[in-house]
Amino acid sequence: MLRKETNGEERRLNRDEEDEEEEENDRGHDAWERTYADERSWEALQEDESGLLRPIDNKTLYHAQYRRRLRTATAARIQKGLIRYLYIVIDLSRAATETDYKPNRMVVVARQVEAFIREFFDQNPLSQIGLLTLKDGVAHCLTELGGSPESHIKALMGKLVCSGDASLQNGLDLVHSLLNQIPSYGHREVLMLYSALSTCDPGDIMETIQKCKSSKIRCSVIGLSAELYICKYLCLETGGSYSVSLDEPHLKELVLEHAPPPPAIAEFAISNLIKMGFPQRAAEGVISICSCHKEAKVGGGYTCPRCKARVCELPTECCICGLTLVSSPHLARSYHHLFPITPFDDVAVSSDPHKVPKNCFGCQQSLLAPGKRLLFLLYVIMIRDE
Amino acid sequence: MTPVASKLYTDDVSLLMVLIDTNPFFWNSINSTLSFSKFLSNVLPFLNSILLLNQLNQVVLIATGYNSCDYIFYSSASQNHNQRAESLLQKLEEFVAKDESLCREDSVDGPGFSLLSGSLSMALCYIQKVFRSGPLHPRPRILCLHGSPDGPGQYVAIMNAIFSAQRLMVPVDSCILGAQHSAFLQQASYITGGVHLKPQQLDGLFQYLSTVFATDLHSRSFLQLPKPVGVDFRAACFCHKNTIDMGYICSVCLSIFCKHHKQCSTCGSVFG
Repeated sequence: MLRKETNGEERRLNRDEEDEEEEENDRGHDAWERTYADERSWEALQEDESGLLRPIDNKTLYHAQYRRRLRTATAARIQKGLIRYLYIVIDLSRAATETDYKPNRMVVVARQVEAFIREFFDQNPLSQIGLLTLKDGVAHCLTELGGSPESHIKALMGKLVCSGDASLQNGLDLVHSLLNQIPSYGHREVLMLYSALSTCDPGDIMETIQKCKSSKIRCSVIGLSAELYICKYLCLETGGSYSVSLDEPHLKELVLEHAPPPPAIAEFAISNLIKMGFPQRAAEGVISICSCHKEAKVGGGYTCPRCKARVCELPTECCICGLTLVSSPHLARSYHHLFPITPFDDVAVSSDPHKVPKNCFGCQQSLLAPGKRLLFLLYVIMIRDE
Repeated sequence: MTPVASKLYTDDVSLLMVLIDTNPFFWNSINSTLSFSKFLSNVLPFLNSILLLNQLNQVVLIATGYNSCDYIFYSSASQNHNQRAESLLQKLEEFVAKDESLCREDSVDGPGFSLLSGSLSMALCYIQKVFRSGPLHPRPRILCLHGSPDGPGQYVAIMNAIFSAQRLMVPVDSCILGAQHSAFLQQASYITGGVHLKPQQLDGLFQYLSTVFATDLHSRSFLQLPKPVGVDFRAACFCHKNTIDMGYICSVCLSIFCKHHKQCSTCGSVFG
């Protein structure tokens, strides 16, 4: 009998228990019918003070907490690659005009990549991103490697046209030649957002994959249609991760998973002492000529400590002397990857009312209401991660 | 038909979290020109004036002690309005006594460091709870009345709190009560978009508080608030703790050194 699937969310949550459930639930009902007959989801709704419906998303909340806990537990003492040079390869072939993601895949991907770029620079201020597109069997460079989010987002929001086939090999070749130019202490990464179901290559793609592997480039792929063997092989060989998204919220989750620094393999990047400058911010009212825009500006810039040129924003490379300029908060943003918080333990409320504290220590919310577990301590982690 | 409550939560309703420094070593040291009782007699009318500005304004007072932090006062708690100051002072006394009993050292050199990271975290937890309570809530901000010097051991925790506040879009205002500048609070106010002030005459503290820090976030765009003179973003090197403006960074663990080393002292990586 055909198993009719419910929405993508339930599918994801039931993935682990699918084998068990298949026998049990093979009664007279299909999966979608069960929501009405057995589960009675309307009875679980609640109203707030003004009569509006309060959405119940306990399942997604617990699922998100579970995934977060897994992630922090495994990633505690692993070295991370903090200085990353990442290329995002966007597939603009014919397959990106499919409308299974509303309005079409290309628009959804552009939206998610924009959110990803902002999150990426927030978590990795010393890293750089570049954008590539795959169209008509050829790979084009949309933006060069740069540390400022605005230039990339402007290029993304411009006119994007889809046509032709996607060529995985040409994309990898271009990335390989571009990433050869970066300094040796940086971690080289590629994130491909692949919508097509095939690849149109001029030569032997296995050779290209071996070339990328020997250049220590970590390739990850997020597929939008179905799992492809060649993408899986690529990710396995280079040490990246391969995932296929089911719907737009899932795509967002998968893309944002690549924002925090991945575990680094020590031999991939040579550890080096990088010379950096920490400029002071000038007081308001100081007039000087800005070296990035080549015009006079009043107040609020930073002075390079080596050549005393004025730059507008940090982090950047001084145009005159080439010194990398950062501020101490930028470095401090990366410390939370180096010293992660230990995950809190979930404590069940004991039946003895004297042992339970009356209010939460952090936010003073009353803990006496029925059904509230001592999960409020976990909200502290959520503040930092959200 | 919209419920009546939504019409009352206009743009200028604020939730003010005040973090006061109760470090006894600071208040007794030479760095403080104001006595603690005079300081409280400036802060209490300020809290009352915030509550008078708008019926829905809320104020929460958290005390930053030497060993611990605790909530002292909530304006939203249902209690007799005439007894507000009495209950606040009583709770403050209990807190200071408890903080003293937690002290494990017999004597401390200098003004000591108060637990700013703890009280910032508690304030952010409370604000997060307010955000989760529904779509109608006042706009929160944090005001730090701080005098103790910066504790270098709290650097990572304070920076984490500052970045959380930036994400939640909560400005952190700071008013320095001692003689020393605080680089942490200067950076906090700059990064989160708050106001940083070091008043020159602490006797008139109430005047500074009510003219600079009392306005809500919406009205701040119409005012000329004190601009930062220049924020010190220089880092301190890990080997000597000197402030440097050019240094070397380990590419693995981002430790800062002032001179070229053969090996990183934090992560042990050997430099090629």
